[in-house]
Amino acid sequence: MSQKVLLSEKEINIILHRLACQLLENHLDFKDTVLIGIQPRGTFVADRLTKILKEKYGVKEIKLGFLDITFYRDDFRRGDKTLEATKTKIDFLIEDKKVVLVDDVLYTGRSIRSALTAIQSFGRPSEIELLTLIDRRFSRHLPIQPNYRGRQVDAINNEKVKVLWKENDGEDVIYLINK
Amino acid sequence: MAELSVKHLLGIKYLNENDIQLIFETADHFKEVINRSIKKVPSLRDITIANIFFENSTRTKLSFELAEKRLSADVINFSAAQSSVKKGETLIDTVNNILSMKVDMVVMRHPNPGAGIFLSKHVNASIVNAGDGAHEHPTQALLDSYSIREKLGDVAGKNVVIVGDILHSRVALSNIFALKLQGANVKVCGPKTLLPKHIESLGVEVETDLRKALNWCDVANMLRIQNERLDISYFPTTREYTQQFGVNKKLLNSLDKEIVIMHPGPINRGVEITSDVADSKQSIILNQVENGVAIRMAVIYLLASKIK
Repeated sequence: MSQKVLLSEKEINIILHRLACQLLENHLDFKDTVLIGIQPRGTFVADRLTKILKEKYGVKEIKLGFLDITFYRDDFRRGDKTLEATKTKIDFLIEDKKVVLVDDVLYTGRSIRSALTAIQSFGRPSEIELLTLIDRRFSRHLPIQPNYRGRQVDAINNEKVKVLWKENDGEDVIYLINK
Repeated sequence: MAELSVKHLLGIKYLNENDIQLIFETADHFKEVINRSIKKVPSLRDITIANIFFENSTRTKLSFELAEKRLSADVINFSAAQSSVKKGETLIDTVNNILSMKVDMVVMRHPNPGAGIFLSKHVNASIVNAGDGAHEHPTQALLDSYSIREKLGDVAGKNVVIVGDILHSRVALSNIFALKLQGANVKVCGPKTLLPKHIESLGVEVETDLRKALNWCDVANMLRIQNERLDISYFPTTREYTQQFGVNKKLLNSLDKEIVIMHPGPINRGVEITSDVADSKQSIILNQVENGVAIRMAVIYLLASKIK
């Protein structure tokens, strides 16, 4: 197994600021917009973006939720192991809101498909966008593309993108791992 | 990732501590799901479950059915009272006929102890015991422990007394197994005639004085007097039973602490507990019912993930 650094802490920081600016351009005061981090790893991206929007760009209030998609996945009983859930925390209504789904890596698109189904349990949003830090090109199983992307990566199938966060893993870095 | 150590849920006796923790953690997530405005998830859309009830039931049957439907499983219901069992069909034939309709899981209540175990050895489907005679009622015990954990933060170290007809109660046996497995201290309390011999061998203490038991405990799990199983007279009159083993508000208020009151239902109001106790703030009877759906969703979800 070998690994190389895909993005350093500095690069991640620049990308997060750029994504925050792009979100700001489209959603301004975030009055009718909610950010939903997809569990487990999209929550870190959503958390960071919220912080940047509030602290650097003076957005007063952003509704931030975390969505677990385990029970909506289409591979239940297809793997060897039981799918274990994480916590959903959405304590606001998303009816008629603009929802931005946030994830760290977009790969096959199946997680996003599940998230699109899961989010309907919380109401009918007026529109849904997708933000992803890493977009693995040429690996999609479904016709899903992000509205906002941090970095596009051409990773072949036996390669894995691993995103580490300071608050969870001790450092901000993204590796491309060759298994 | 964690998974259950068993293919069937036949009794608490066959589970380990990790299984119980996994079921509780999964139930936490389902509890969040059933409190949404849209309470359904599509996980089990390709699973078919048969609820086979050879004995009457209201809340268990409804609770299982609701849990299955909220997981999007296809559900068929079978009640022995309106079936070919009345014409002399055997248990295995009945179940095999149902399984021929491509059923993946069977939730069964049966008046005979061990019926689920017997069935699990003869059919391929996953079996969930929804009560087998006076033997076990595992999902009830799980939801009871889960409700205690929710109310008091933890089950370990808590003092729990199970009051009433221990002899005929599958709820009592499953609860004893579940509570002991999680590190609770358990006492049973009731008329001597309704306490099984050698019950102490399960690691529980016996108390025949209700006031002493209540003074000791954090939680009192009041069992129903099962008139349908009392083929001989175990106590002189219901009135005398109520006087000695019934809990009323006056008795609760006379204790120097606030204990949690539980009851698996259905309640004989005025016998095991009075209405003012059943409907009081100390009672978590309705929480038990709500938690029942989440626990059963968790059990079915975890067992279904093992069906290949």
